[in-house]
Amino acid sequence: MMVAEALALSAVLFCIGVVGVLTRRNAIIIFMCVELMLNAVNLSFVAFSRMYGATGQVFVVFVMTVAAAEAAVGLAIIISIFRHRQTVDLSNINLLKG
Amino acid sequence: MPNFFYQVNFYLFGLIAIASALTFVTRKSPVAAALWLVSTMFSLAAIYIMMDAHFVGAIQVLVYAGAIMVVFLFVVMLLNLGHPDERSDVRGKWGRIAAGLLGLALLAQIMTMARSQFPPSLLQSETAAVDNLRDLNAIGSVAKPLFTEHILAFELTSILLLVAIVGAVVLGKRRAHA
Repeated sequence: MMVAEALALSAVLFCIGVVGVLTRRNAIIIFMCVELMLNAVNLSFVAFSRMYGATGQVFVVFVMTVAAAEAAVGLAIIISIFRHRQTVDLSNINLLKG
Repeated sequence: MPNFFYQVNFYLFGLIAIASALTFVTRKSPVAAALWLVSTMFSLAAIYIMMDAHFVGAIQVLVYAGAIMVVFLFVVMLLNLGHPDERSDVRGKWGRIAAGLLGLALLAQIMTMARSQFPPSLLQSETAAVDNLRDLNAIGSVAKPLFTEHILAFELTSILLLVAIVGAVVLGKRRAHA
């Protein structure tokens, strides 16, 4: 049932997320691109669950939980960085750059 | 073979998802980007429901488009990032070209990989999925493997969430002495 098309859509969305991470410097937008990549992977899990049984959907539930936890901790880190640097632009956050 | 109406809807939501995702990565304002991402997530939810993953579709709307994106928008509001300055945060011309080429190369790789055959021994028949859905209904078909085969992972997830809550509070809290 349109599994190949869903996988292609998932690949396209994942690559858009990768390009977003590589081209943007705003930390919040980079985080949202990571969420887009997680969503793309969820789509391929759902597509495969059509063929291999409902376990794929269980994995989607786990991925969503991890995404929520990651968003909470990541945004807390961003807020903490913003307090020190007054910016979320990653080109200004270069303390570990040699 | 799915009928024509199903196919049209599938491609429609797929196109909306891709177009919103492209608009999302090119917007300058974080608020506009977040709203375009919500649009992508809604069309993905529609596609999940069309692929008979009704529970996942509902969770997608509630958790992703509802909760996670609201947290993002709250942080944008809290840090007052809603009005981007004149300098765009998009990298320069060469950075963009390199990222685009890398993205296309990755896409080509994934597409080539998707041509390989699926292991047929694991394949379930089309009727098995429909029967499973009819016997256990939309939530039960997810809940049964979740609470039987994957119960350990489920319990570990609760620990993960606890750690995330504590971590977020500790990181977000102002230092008393600072």
